[in-house]
Amino acid sequence: MTEPNQINSARRQLLIRGAKAAASIAAAVGVARWLYDPKGPGAKNEEVGFLGTSVKGLSDFSVPRKDGQVISIVKGQDRAKTVNKAIELLGGIERFIKPGDVVVIKPNVGFATPPLLGATTHPDVIAAVVKLCYEKKASKVIVTDNSINDPASCFTISGISKAASAAGAQVVMPRDSYFSPLTLEGGSLIKDWPIYCAPFAKANKLIGIAPLKNHHRSVASMTMKNWYGLLGGRRNVFHQDINNIIAELAMLVKPTLVILDGTVTMMTNGPTGGSVSDLKKTNTMIVSCDMVAADAFGCSLLNLKPADLPYLAIAEKAGVGTVDYESLKPLRAEVT
Amino acid sequence: MKITTVRRINQLFFFALFVWFCIVTTVGEKFWQIRNWPINWILQIDPLVALGTIVSTRKFYGPLHCAIGVVILTIIFGRFFCGWICPFGAIHQFVGYLGNRGKKVAVKIRLNIYRKAQCIKYLILIFFLGMAVFPSLAGTLQTGLLDPIPLVTRSFQLMLLPIFDRGTYLTSVNARYYEFGWLIFTVFATAVLLNLFIPRFYCRFICPTGAFLGIISRFSIWRIGKTKSECINCKMCEKACEGGCEPSGNIKIAECVLCFNCRDDCKHDLIAYQTLPSLAGETQVDVSRRGVVLSFVSGIIAAPATRLSGKVASNWYTGVVRPPGALAEPEFLKRCLKCGQCMRVCPTNVIQPAGLEGGLEGLWSPILNNRIGSSGCQLNCVACGQVCPTSAIRPITLDEKRGLGDFASAGPIKLGTAFVDQGRCLPWSMDKPCIVCQENCPVSPKAIFTKDVFTTVRDSVVSIKQVTENTIEIDRDIPADKFATGDYYVLFEDGSRRKISSNTATSVGISEGKLPAAAAGKIEIQVRLQKPCVDIEKCIGCGVCEHECPVSGKRAIRITAEGETRSTDRRLLL
Repeated sequence: MTEPNQINSARRQLLIRGAKAAASIAAAVGVARWLYDPKGPGAKNEEVGFLGTSVKGLSDFSVPRKDGQVISIVKGQDRAKTVNKAIELLGGIERFIKPGDVVVIKPNVGFATPPLLGATTHPDVIAAVVKLCYEKKASKVIVTDNSINDPASCFTISGISKAASAAGAQVVMPRDSYFSPLTLEGGSLIKDWPIYCAPFAKANKLIGIAPLKNHHRSVASMTMKNWYGLLGGRRNVFHQDINNIIAELAMLVKPTLVILDGTVTMMTNGPTGGSVSDLKKTNTMIVSCDMVAADAFGCSLLNLKPADLPYLAIAEKAGVGTVDYESLKPLRAEVT
Repeated sequence: MKITTVRRINQLFFFALFVWFCIVTTVGEKFWQIRNWPINWILQIDPLVALGTIVSTRKFYGPLHCAIGVVILTIIFGRFFCGWICPFGAIHQFVGYLGNRGKKVAVKIRLNIYRKAQCIKYLILIFFLGMAVFPSLAGTLQTGLLDPIPLVTRSFQLMLLPIFDRGTYLTSVNARYYEFGWLIFTVFATAVLLNLFIPRFYCRFICPTGAFLGIISRFSIWRIGKTKSECINCKMCEKACEGGCEPSGNIKIAECVLCFNCRDDCKHDLIAYQTLPSLAGETQVDVSRRGVVLSFVSGIIAAPATRLSGKVASNWYTGVVRPPGALAEPEFLKRCLKCGQCMRVCPTNVIQPAGLEGGLEGLWSPILNNRIGSSGCQLNCVACGQVCPTSAIRPITLDEKRGLGDFASAGPIKLGTAFVDQGRCLPWSMDKPCIVCQENCPVSPKAIFTKDVFTTVRDSVVSIKQVTENTIEIDRDIPADKFATGDYYVLFEDGSRRKISSNTATSVGISEGKLPAAAAGKIEIQVRLQKPCVDIEKCIGCGVCEHECPVSGKRAIRITAEGETRSTDRRLLL
């Protein structure tokens, strides 16, 4: 015979168990209901791109145009002097940099080669421009690129890390998380493609500084080709249509200034070079608010015609700039 | 201060030093980057690294000279290296302590009894030395598989650091990958977890370095032992005995790792570190002669047995591309410890621990995988040879690597040769312009050159309907805008060509020059293709082309070891 208190205890336990069971059932049903996805995944995840939220475009970093002060061409051997003179001719750095500005400098740091081989932007130009920005009280200058070779090696061996840091700039290496998928309005190639956006997010000025190089596929690599460094992912697929991708990048990026360093020109074996015999002294520094004009002029240093570079015409048609640089009345000078 | 406290501080110090050396194996100029830190020091004082390379190469490689100090100190004091210095030993001791913390004293004493199976480590040592001893019989250095210092080095460098460094960017800008790393991690994790069953399981049963030190501690001047033959036999001295060497009775001197726990735990002060042998008796290395002979002979036979795969002969696997400065394969296999230092320091992450590509004896040895990492083998980098502790990869200079200065007549070091897979290459087989490989070739003059051809695009032979100035209207629809990329041309019947600057569905525009007078009849749309070809005299096998090739799966240009400088049997050039 069972004792009454044992029965009570068993009943109480049953009630407690029952309550816990009910709660468990409710939790199971609740979670199932909460996560219920009747359709399953679609063909494409539209909310989030494969790298994160899609970005609309880059900001416009350009300054108001002044006719007659669009492009300057300065002859000379000393990069710091020629770049200073060229910027002065365009109205001085104060036209471009205001106190408190955050400036991004995008050199070509594609390869892990020393400055004397000319495959990367020369550190002297970068240092000179960083100093100019700080003279006008820029709050911060960032130097960055998405290199082709190992980024840390490129920034070190090219001497750019050292020169930029010494001038007070912050050197930013590319990380996977700095890329966001972007679609260029009016473009056909840059569609939901990872673009190096993060370093530009808080900047309000952008200066591209490119060396002047021969390039077997795109004929020449100058200020427009320099923006190839903003492409992330397995960007080399775009070499199938090199002229349109360069033109689209030029449509995407609206820089404050571009600087084309033709102090030495890589005439052969570009864009990597690898030997001083690939280089020629051309002693020219070009600073321009119009990158099409800068590159069109750059052709002359490579003994080419603008028509040899199909991307110039495509970019001009898209309204990026002017191929006939002489019509812009370039300001010329020579420094010794 | 108690001697066990001193020992713990010492262990902690050497463990911290080891971790520090792992962290600073990062290419860079900051104080916590490689600079002049002696990152290999712990590998270099490892006596088995020295012994193994001496047995396999018959030479005592200079930078390993500190190991002789450890050997001398061991001969005088016993296995202090195991109990006081070895970072892997410190991990085992700590995990063993954690795993057995709450257990009853009687259980702990039982865990630490001496077991006959502790002789296995001597057999492992002798087996490995047997594998290494006859170079003519394909002797190969395999001690690194189980030698605790290379083992813990590769486990930290290739597994733990990349796992814990996600997001801090301290040791690399982007995530690192190590293809055959999972097995390294499994071995490490297993060795550590075995402490939960028996403390210092690895040290007692497996460690070949401990075995070597155990053998040479035979004549040690000072040794742990009892100061009286009889005691109350409480066995408290074995409660925390790290070596499992039975200090309560007939002590196994070769097993003692000098942890001094017995001396601390003896309530009656009957245990001392002294010049006299234990009054309760001593036993030297407890391993049968039959076992020694059997494992030595097995080792001698195992070496040529692994070579039966032919992987070090004519059946060499194409993917075994070694880092710059690596010795010829048989010499390389006599020195490589599989410690992973080269893979860790490589700034591009291209050096990977091999699986079985190079044969069983090449497990975890360095090979290049150009699909991993930031950029092939960089032209201006010799980091891997600089950190190799045994010179399996020689410490070459940039001049030697690139064939400059004194090395101009020898030419550059070639890792292999690039081969274009024409069936996968966009210009060769898909009529698409590309030549990313040519663009990125770092050699001057480039080792990749192009053959330029014009090829008629599929379904593009059309008839001219009308010609107005620079525009040709055609009779059939073509894809609008597709041919206005600067790569397409119109071929006229007279054989002349003009570049297309624009095209609609029914017309093509030419911007440059006049149309030929005979612009009538049919035209063909052609694409100008630059087809990449490799100049095998110039190619150095750096793999930058393979890394950059846009055909992202199986690359359309790939490096294999033909033509590598380090061997003669893989040569390709006349």
